[in-house]
Amino acid sequence: MSAGAVAGAIAGATAGAAAAAAGARVKAEATTAKREAVLRVYRGDASGGQEVEYQVPVETGMVVLDAIHWIQAHQAPDLAVRWNCKAAKCGSCSAEVNGKPALMCKSRMERFAPGEPIVVRPMKTFPIIRDLVTDVSWNFEVNQRIPPFQPRAGAEWKWQQHDVDRAQEFRKCIECFLCQDVCHVLRSHELKHQFAGPRFLVRIAGLEMHPIDGVDRTPFLKDSAGIGFCNITKCCTEVCPEDIHITDNAIIPLKERVVDRFYDPVQMVWRAITGK
Amino acid sequence: MEPFDTHEHEVLVIGAGGAGLRAAIEASAMGCSVGLVTKSLLGKAHTVMAEGGIAAALAHLDPQDGWQTHFQDTMKGGSFLNHWRMAQLHAQESPDRVRELEQWGALFDRTPDGRILQRAFGGHTWKRLAHVGDRTGLEMIRTLQDRGVHQGLDVYMEFTVTKLFTDGGRIAGALAYRRDTGRFVLFRCKAIVIATGGVGKAYQVTSNSWEYTGDGQTLAFEAGAELIDMEFLQFHPTGMVWPPGVMGLLVTEGVRGEGGILRNSKGERFMWKYLPEARRHEYAADEAEARAWLDAAVEGQQTEARRPPELSTRDNVSRAIYTEVREGRGTPHGGAFLDISYMPAERIKKKLPSMYHQFKELADVDITATPMEVGPTTHYMMGGVRVEPDTGAATVPGLFAAGEASAGMHGANRLGGNSLSDLVVFGRRAGAGAAYYAKGLTATPRIPDAEIEAEMRGLLSPFERASGESPYEVHRALQECMGTNVGIFRIEKDLETALATLATLKQRAARVRVEGGRTYNPGWHLARDLRNMLVVSEAITRSALLRKESRGAHSRLDYTGLDPALGKVNMCAKRSGDGMQVGPTPLPEMPAELKALFDAAPQPAGKAT
Repeated sequence: MSAGAVAGAIAGATAGAAAAAAGARVKAEATTAKREAVLRVYRGDASGGQEVEYQVPVETGMVVLDAIHWIQAHQAPDLAVRWNCKAAKCGSCSAEVNGKPALMCKSRMERFAPGEPIVVRPMKTFPIIRDLVTDVSWNFEVNQRIPPFQPRAGAEWKWQQHDVDRAQEFRKCIECFLCQDVCHVLRSHELKHQFAGPRFLVRIAGLEMHPIDGVDRTPFLKDSAGIGFCNITKCCTEVCPEDIHITDNAIIPLKERVVDRFYDPVQMVWRAITGK
Repeated sequence: MEPFDTHEHEVLVIGAGGAGLRAAIEASAMGCSVGLVTKSLLGKAHTVMAEGGIAAALAHLDPQDGWQTHFQDTMKGGSFLNHWRMAQLHAQESPDRVRELEQWGALFDRTPDGRILQRAFGGHTWKRLAHVGDRTGLEMIRTLQDRGVHQGLDVYMEFTVTKLFTDGGRIAGALAYRRDTGRFVLFRCKAIVIATGGVGKAYQVTSNSWEYTGDGQTLAFEAGAELIDMEFLQFHPTGMVWPPGVMGLLVTEGVRGEGGILRNSKGERFMWKYLPEARRHEYAADEAEARAWLDAAVEGQQTEARRPPELSTRDNVSRAIYTEVREGRGTPHGGAFLDISYMPAERIKKKLPSMYHQFKELADVDITATPMEVGPTTHYMMGGVRVEPDTGAATVPGLFAAGEASAGMHGANRLGGNSLSDLVVFGRRAGAGAAYYAKGLTATPRIPDAEIEAEMRGLLSPFERASGESPYEVHRALQECMGTNVGIFRIEKDLETALATLATLKQRAARVRVEGGRTYNPGWHLARDLRNMLVVSEAITRSALLRKESRGAHSRLDYTGLDPALGKVNMCAKRSGDGMQVGPTPLPEMPAELKALFDAAPQPAGKAT
């Protein structure tokens, strides 16, 4: 074996390592019959657009994002798509696949019936820039308005794992904004100016449940974040690629805080008496 | 002239991963107006993918640990080609940087007594990596991101910088385009911090995203800065090898830190065979000792047992897996088995949740029940912009660099976990260095209109060609060239072939044609990124040719041993006219008091003394 082949084996890394263990690998591939998938990808911008059909060869383990990249490299070099890690860790490649908000890097091609067209469209809740890319900058504006972490004075920087398990669940969020996309308060009622959306209720929950955070965000939740708009349909929880229990673990406890503070008559009386 | 917008800042930070964010926070805290430019959305940078943890000698689990041991591990891991001062600053300051992250809101996993938990990693004598399951990078970037935006940074998302301008040799500004509209933007500034990360997209099998195209190294090189150690490209030993769509995707070293065992197709635990003799005494002698170490680690207890052989350094483990495969003992898809399934399923899901999901969803493999198949993947560039350790200053006045885009900290091979700590230690220092420099300049440097116009014209030229190749074609050819000729094992003939191919690819890249308009056009973006990948590929290849020895991540089949003379030099690439000149420059010598650390008798690793 020449050094080139040797070096290639690895650098093409495992592609080539395969060259060495080639026998087994080739057999594995030979048993997988090549098939083609039909993708209907939305092409357009703010002024309008339509779905365009592409035929894409399917490889084992391929995901929709691979298909989009194949189209870019072979048929439509200017097809706009946002992506980074391709491992469901960065939350960049959000789109609507067959009508369902999803990360394209996690949408396996094998899950679609052979011959069934796969329709890929941009997230509907945000203004389109081009093709599959939307303007999600509103989310960053909301984030900036949330009162940041502020430790309680004199707090001891020691806590148990079980004290942070819940907050760590919220901090798993990769900001794909699929929950924002599916939320009917934002998607259908377009109340972006009044409602922060599930993503940022999760973020606030992460701050509020930090063991030594000392900020009171309850008035913010009620007035600025508009938590009352959420009527717990749990659509956000269903689409979350990180399996965060958005509604049950984040939003409902925060709603309870708001209710306790502003709407509970017993507590109102108690506070009037005790002056607390 | 083509229209453009103008922004003015004292300090411009290019790149918004851990290093860029930390630099921007520091410069802003020192009173500078700071612009932070990122090719992606904020919070999507490569830092978000870092999994295993951040290395710092906090000594929470192993009280024997301290900065001296961390320093020694880092120098040994880097085959003593590291800049000693960077390794020293890093070891001394990383504990403070970790505590700072906690004070800014990061929630690390805890020890039973309520402190930050630390895990074992390759090449680290003691359990040293503060972590959050296997999503440490996400925790870190979110913490820095929120700290930054509440501090009043101006963040420019989805902007790509294509050129740095100088005035009388000093940094004067940069030109960028907005990816969403294609419109040009001129940044006038006094200082620039390069924090753009790595180069992995020059290779096909890589753990890196589309962003890693060597932008910062190239911008600095073209502005006249020196690049060193470019031959040292880390191949992470454990990337996914199957299915093809996910080939190269990272499998965290945390799997081995949590007890993952590497086996070949014959079921042999092969890593013992590959331990370097000089360091064999640091590792468990047999299965029983490795198991005793693991049991103690799980219980958070001290032990006399030494760590398992899978926790050798990355360069070594990569070569081991590669060799096993080449000699016919590979797995069905051409890798090695990595097995953690003998551990309790609940513990795996708790400590390695994203690995569990990654394999389950992308490969239909349940890692709590069956072994993973893994193989080497292009991961991390040790080389980059030569910087002054204390300030991050490059060799061009006003230019600074930090993180993966800079060089010196890791030498010939980086230890896992030393990257996240590198980002915050040297991000902070480069931010401070840039702010201090900017405050010392009275007038904002000038940028001639003609230079701005020439750059914009160059950027638009691929639209104007009536015919030409697609940039995707040239990119594929580049990846094939680098993968085949400049991989883990290198030899003179292949490196020469690569150089000749790169020369023709450079010509092809200059003639590509781009279809469509300027609004979010990835073909156009790639056309420019290609130029950067070609520059760094040439630097890698030329440096690799000159280093006629095998050291760290650089392995030559025609020069398999260490050459003591080459252990005293860095290969340095510098612009010369329109070309590249590469040659050795002396490695700074370690002061006697640090050298003395290595003269002491080798410490029996793992022994509680």
